[in-house]
This record gives sequence, structure tokens and C-alpha cells, in this order.
Amino acid sequence: MSWKLFNLLLEASLMTIFVSTVSILIGLVLAILLSAANLSGIRPLQWFAKFFISFFRGTPLLVQLLLLYNLLPVIGVQIPSLVTAIIGLSICTAAYQAENLRGGFEGVPTGLVESADMAGFTPVQTFFHIRVPIALRLTLPALINEAILILKASSLVSVVGLIELTRMAQNLVASTFMPLEIYASAGLIYLVINLVVATAGRQLERRLPGVGGK
Amino acid sequence: MSDNAISVQHLVKRFGETTVLDDISLEIPRGQVSCLIGPSGSGKSTLLRCMAFLEEATDGSIFIEGAPLGFVYDGAGKRQRQSATDLRKVRSQIGMVFQQFNLWPHMTALGNVSAALRRVRRMSKAEAEEKAMVQLRKVGLENRAGHYPSQLSGGQQQRVAIARSLALEPKIMLFDEPTSALDPELTGEVLNVMRGLASEGMTMVVVTHEIGFAATVGNQISFLDQGKLLFTDAPSKVFAKPRHPRLEQFLDTYLDRGASTLV
Repeated sequence: MSWKLFNLLLEASLMTIFVSTVSILIGLVLAILLSAANLSGIRPLQWFAKFFISFFRGTPLLVQLLLLYNLLPVIGVQIPSLVTAIIGLSICTAAYQAENLRGGFEGVPTGLVESADMAGFTPVQTFFHIRVPIALRLTLPALINEAILILKASSLVSVVGLIELTRMAQNLVASTFMPLEIYASAGLIYLVINLVVATAGRQLERRLPGVGGK
Repeated sequence: MSDNAISVQHLVKRFGETTVLDDISLEIPRGQVSCLIGPSGSGKSTLLRCMAFLEEATDGSIFIEGAPLGFVYDGAGKRQRQSATDLRKVRSQIGMVFQQFNLWPHMTALGNVSAALRRVRRMSKAEAEEKAMVQLRKVGLENRAGHYPSQLSGGQQQRVAIARSLALEPKIMLFDEPTSALDPELTGEVLNVMRGLASEGMTMVVVTHEIGFAATVGNQISFLDQGKLLFTDAPSKVFAKPRHPRLEQFLDTYLDRGASTLV
């Protein structure tokens, strides 16, 4: 296999990294909002969050992406496949991250919320300045795990017409008939990216103060 | 306004079938140290937590500097929850120190003390940190400002927690067994800070097992047993013989442990 082919795979992997990173971050923001809805004590918001989470956790990502891809033109929305991919991935990971965060929010000691109450924080301030930072720290390993899953799951977004690492590999195989070399190279690139993410995650865990409920 | 910082009137607290506080009435005088003592399960911590509205009383009223706390009565005399804004306003006069310190683990000592100054009092970061440093200095921890709670001893954490409350300039400080979670050799540094506060004339309500502290620093002592307030009096009267039989029994458990030479 030539360097030229490998370079094409590397370039496509940038798209994989970009789509995954943006989706994970948007997903995290959505997951925090879903958690806020869950903790708000407002029934309709809680129902919405529960429905959202069970729907997107209970259906395959591939089906969600195909549904989204075919639904958008029907309702008259025309957006680039990149945006479709990001929307699909973000929504799916938001549901999983919200479920991970739920455990973190439940692990925030009541006393820390009481001391925030006594300091005069409003519930919204307590949520963003006390609950969220502590819940994020408690669930960091699970969130890193989810980031790795999304990096791999991003191989599915080729169905909405986006050319990322897996799709590029398929295209190259079609024109070169070298499936073993090309798919092995693609797998290797995924592996390296995820090793970097896992290592960075462990470093972050070690450096953030107050991890592990201390 | 009366001379009392806190007025507790006919307070009742039930958890299901169990009555934890049974018709408690108590006045906390301004500028004095009031200690709540009694066996575990007597309701003294619950009473203190009611004074901060961290527990909702089933019946009765509490007034902080003359203002109702937690519940108000409407025109028809019906008891209703106070609005969140009003509750925050009344609570802003109270500082609370917890048995488990309850410092926020993701903030440094300085961050813990300055957080509410920034978020609630809307000070700039520089101004808030300057005020926070004054409080840390007061509890002798200015050289630990950049440490996280997990890097501090229990005694130091509790002193940071006291500084955090003091930074908001409360009129009343509530202490819920502030030394119970500490190793014996660390209780002294916390009690010293509290003695300093008392000598400045801070109104303090202290739930404590430190009978020596209650006897020497306290201006009034209330003895609770099984949810009832048996009596409130000056330490000289409370500890003078003959004593209330239930108190005598309670103090005996301290003598058994050799924990106090005072009683």
C-alpha cells in the first residue's frame, strides 16, 4: 500500500476527529441540560428528559442516522451532510452522557448543596458552580469511555454521505482492491486516536482536584 | 426589636410517627454563646438545622432577628412556605458550620471562601479574594489559600469552613458539632477560633459534645433529651449541684470516659 493511500486515510481521519469532538462537546452540553431538567422538579421537563434518554438509548444509532437523513428533506430542511452527522451523533451521545451524569449528580453529597444554600447561592448557581463540576469529576472515567465509543461510532455517519475515515477506506478499497491493507490501516488509525484520548483522560483524572468524592 | 437574635416558638418536628422535637421554645440572646447539649438522638442537631431551615419544622415558628424563617402566615392565619428570595434574605444573616465541613472539593481554600462573595455578593474576583484572605488570615490559614480541601487536615478544613461563613458577615453563627469529626488533637485549633469569635461578641449557637467548651465559653446552656428541652440556664447554674437528674446521668458518661475534669 502506498503512502499516498495512507495519507488519504489520515486526511479522512481528521474529519472523524472533527465530527466526534464537536458531537461529544455538544452532547455534553445537552446532557447537562437534560440533567438540569431531571433535577428541576418540573414534571413536564422531567418527562421530556426521560423520554429523550430512553428513545435515543433504546434505538440503534444507525437507524437514528438513517431516519434523520430521510426525515430532513421531507420537512424541507436542507443542510450539509456534515451538520446532519453532527446532529445525529450529538443527540445520541447526549442521551448516554446524561445517563452517566445521573450517577454523578446522585453522588454529590447533600452537605455540599446545603453549604451552598447557606452561602446564598440560588438553585441555578448551585447547579452550575457546585453540582456540575463535582458530577463531571465523579463521572469523568465514564465520559472518557463515551468519547471513545463515539469516535468509533462515527464510522456510521458515512450513511448520511459524509466522507470520514471508514467511508474513505471503503472508497479506496473499491478502487484499489486492497481490502486487507486498507481496513487494517484504518483500524490502526482508530486505535492510535483512542489511545491518545484514553491517555489524556487518565492525565485529566489525575490532575483534577477533588476526584473520587474526596 | 427584642434583644434576641433567634426566637424559637413551640417548635415541633416529626419524622413520620417519631417526634424528634417536642414543643421547643428557646430564645438565643444577641452577642452571646448558646450551647445545645444532650445525648445523641436528643434532637439538638435537628433543632440547630431548623434554625437554618435545613430541616422544615412540622409546626411552630422561628424568628431570625425578628423576621420569620421558612414559613409565614397568610391573612387567614394559614402556614405557608416563604418565597425562595425571602428565605435567602433571612438566611443571609446566618452562617452555618457543619460537622463534616462541607467544603467544595473542586475549589481551593481561597476559592471556597471567595465563591459566595463573587456569585452572591457580585464582587470582582480581586475584591472577593482580598476579603477572603482577611478571613483566612483570621483563622490562621493564609498560607494554605491555594490548597484544595483534600490537601488540608480536618482541623484546617473546619477553619476554612468557618472563614467561608464569616466572609459573608453573618450576624449569627450556627455550629453543628464542629469538632465531632476531628481527631482529638485537632479539636483545639477549631475551638480556639470559636473562642476568638465569642470574645468579639458574635452571636453563636453551638451544638457540642465538648462540655468543657460549653461550660467555659457558653453564656447559656440548653439541655435536650428525647426531643424535649429540659432546661436553659447559665453554666454556673447548670453545672452547680444538685443537678437535674437526667443531666447528672449524662455527665456521668463523660466521667466514665475520663474525658472531663471540669464536671
